[in-house]
Amino acid sequence: MLMRGAKLLIESLKHEDVEYIFGVQGGAAMPLFDELYDAEDIQLIPMRHEQGAAHAADGYARATGKVGVTLATSGPGATNLVTGIATAHMDSIPMVAITGQVPTQLIGNDAFQECDVLGVTRPICKHSYLIKDSSEVPEVVAEAFHIASTGRPGPVVIDFAKDAQFAESEFYYPEQIELRSYNPTTEGHPRQIAKAAELIKNAKRPMIYAGGGVVLSEASEELRQLATSTHIPITVTLMGLGAFPETHELAMEMPGMHGSCCANYAFTDADLVVAIGARFDDRVTGKLEVFSPKSKKIHIDIDPSCIGKNVWVDVPIVGDAKNVLRELNKKVDRKTDIEPWLRQINEWKAKYPFEYRQKGDQIMPQYVIEEIYNLYSDAMITADVGQHQMWAAQYFKFTEPRQWLNSGGLGTMGFSMPAMIGAQIGRPDKTQVNINGDGSFIMTIQELVPAVSMKLPLKIFIINNMYLGMVRQWQELFFNKRYAAVDYHDNPDFAKLAEAFGATGIRVEKIEDVRPALEQAKEIEDGPVVIDFIVAEEENVYPIVPGGQGLGDLVRNEEDARKGLSGWIRGLA
Amino acid sequence: MTQGRHIFSVLVENKFGVLARVAGLFSGRGFNIDSLSVSETEDPNTSQMTIVTHGDEAIIEQIEKQLNRLIEVIRIKDITKENHVEREMILVKVAVDTAKRGEVLQIVDIFRARTIDVASESLTIEITGDENKLRAVIDMLRPYGIRELVRTGKVAIMRSTGK
Ligand SMILES: Cc1ncc(C[n+]2csc(CCOP(=O)(O)OP(=O)(O)O)c2C)c(N)n1
Ligand SMILES: [Mg+2]
Repeated sequence: MLMRGAKLLIESLKHEDVEYIFGVQGGAAMPLFDELYDAEDIQLIPMRHEQGAAHAADGYARATGKVGVTLATSGPGATNLVTGIATAHMDSIPMVAITGQVPTQLIGNDAFQECDVLGVTRPICKHSYLIKDSSEVPEVVAEAFHIASTGRPGPVVIDFAKDAQFAESEFYYPEQIELRSYNPTTEGHPRQIAKAAELIKNAKRPMIYAGGGVVLSEASEELRQLATSTHIPITVTLMGLGAFPETHELAMEMPGMHGSCCANYAFTDADLVVAIGARFDDRVTGKLEVFSPKSKKIHIDIDPSCIGKNVWVDVPIVGDAKNVLRELNKKVDRKTDIEPWLRQINEWKAKYPFEYRQKGDQIMPQYVIEEIYNLYSDAMITADVGQHQMWAAQYFKFTEPRQWLNSGGLGTMGFSMPAMIGAQIGRPDKTQVNINGDGSFIMTIQELVPAVSMKLPLKIFIINNMYLGMVRQWQELFFNKRYAAVDYHDNPDFAKLAEAFGATGIRVEKIEDVRPALEQAKEIEDGPVVIDFIVAEEENVYPIVPGGQGLGDLVRNEEDARKGLSGWIRGLA
Repeated sequence: MTQGRHIFSVLVENKFGVLARVAGLFSGRGFNIDSLSVSETEDPNTSQMTIVTHGDEAIIEQIEKQLNRLIEVIRIKDITKENHVEREMILVKVAVDTAKRGEVLQIVDIFRARTIDVASESLTIEITGDENKLRAVIDMLRPYGIRELVRTGKVAIMRSTGK
């Protein structure tokens, strides 16, 4: 059947089972929005800023495992998407970003609202297309979804010239996509898996280090089996939280810069590290030269370029975590003989839990997180970027994959609230809780508008320390307390602001009001509620591995800090 | 660490924007390109790139892996490891008056180069060869005054096996 390019695109999206598109209108995308106007199977979610639209699509993808779709116009619409695309790229989130482009004959002419979208997005997406001929639409869409969702997932950009959106072509949707140049390896090599099994059986101080790849490959069950059958202790990264229940006796909590003492000490002493869908990020390893010096490393990852990039690996296994673990589990199904090591781990755990001190009658931010956990342990949690994110990761005990959504790789402030909108739409069965910072919240606060219009029952909890807290902490520790550009005491009253948006706003200034406010929020079902928790202003996140230091050198708590910090080299990042 | 020189023979889809992706990968990750040549193969759907680069082993490994990640890259071969031939062509304009012309033409002859343009004050020469030969010719010609020099960048191919 002949149809115009815009309709070809929407029909193609239907073939990919797209249910929602998060977008913002504009000239070069008008035919697409026009098609969506009465499309029955696809619902357009209008957002207030393209960055918010991209994060919402991303949050939808993280919450559901499906491909998120975002739509914007040319020029400024597209450039506003950039942060969102880069955020998804860094965390390997499957997403398709569609942008209108000026008509073909104007491309390259510095036309009104023209921008070289492919040029701008090239380093921050998995792949990209420019459609100038409407007959290409179905194939491009099919390829884009295939690429976005397979292998190591990631965002794909489709830039669509406006004249091609009007031009008619025949609709024919490819049944299967075969790309001779794109064949991700999904099965691990049996010989490598056998080698890994040998190492695991013979290790005396083994540990598992699992990351976001486990969530992406839906391999939590296989991971749990590996850990529990062998009885090997496990640390899960910021990106993987929930892939293994943190309430389990083998869980050592998160590793790295603000990770647990136990996980970091374990790295330092281990004789075997089994890395699964994790990429030895610098925030995890600390100083590379002294990272886990005594261990052999097994690295399971679907992306060969991740293996051996930062750290020497003894047994690389390229493949999908789920498949590889399934095979590995067949070979290692017995408890390893590592009692002394487990005793050591348990001792570290008991001795150095995440801890904080109550100061006066201030609301401690960690306490708010603890109460959120007490009341919302089953909720899906989105967190923004900063101290509150680290406290959320530390004090909330995640038990399920996809329960925790955050921008780990790019660290994008403003990510969480729009992402939560996508998550709520994708998983309406889940209570959505957002742990936000006063600095981060205001970066995408405009997305409260669609949240209110759609009456989404979002629980938005602001850990308001009146500072760009994470930066202030670094200034305190490494810049002689010179608080340049972090003082946010001019914050608006977020509760009143929320009311102005049409949401419920609550301000909490006393410890005894924390729990009742959280309970009250539970009852609000007809729209978003924003609770502004006014917390201790200058509280710091501990433990901390100072930049440039090894994991073993972590500063465990405030007392340590007071004793040792003066010796640190200021400014190391 | 050793800064080995490597020649990657990269077969890519002959599509718009591929060169930008490859070049962007190198610049974005701080890898070096010493020379790069691209052209269509006998199959109009594919192009062949020859990329000369250098770096330690870890960098070369990353270059290969990162190139492989590009969706439109079909096949990569680090042919420095194999038995191969490499060639490059240069066109060079040498300043010579009639008095010196004979000498230069002799150099052309010895190196089996070709004269492709003669003017009253210059001679344009075409030379094909491997790196050593080209360096030798340029060294010989330099004293006469090189007005202009352009080079194609390297192309390379593996020798047939089984002989
Ligand atoms: C878009 C963006 N700009 C700047 C930063 C640098 N940055 C990292 S954390 C942080 C402070 C965040 O402040 P807030 O949201 O109040 O959280 P807090 O650390 O106080 O809990 C800043 C500015 C960033 N990560 N993202
Ligand atoms: Mg703050």
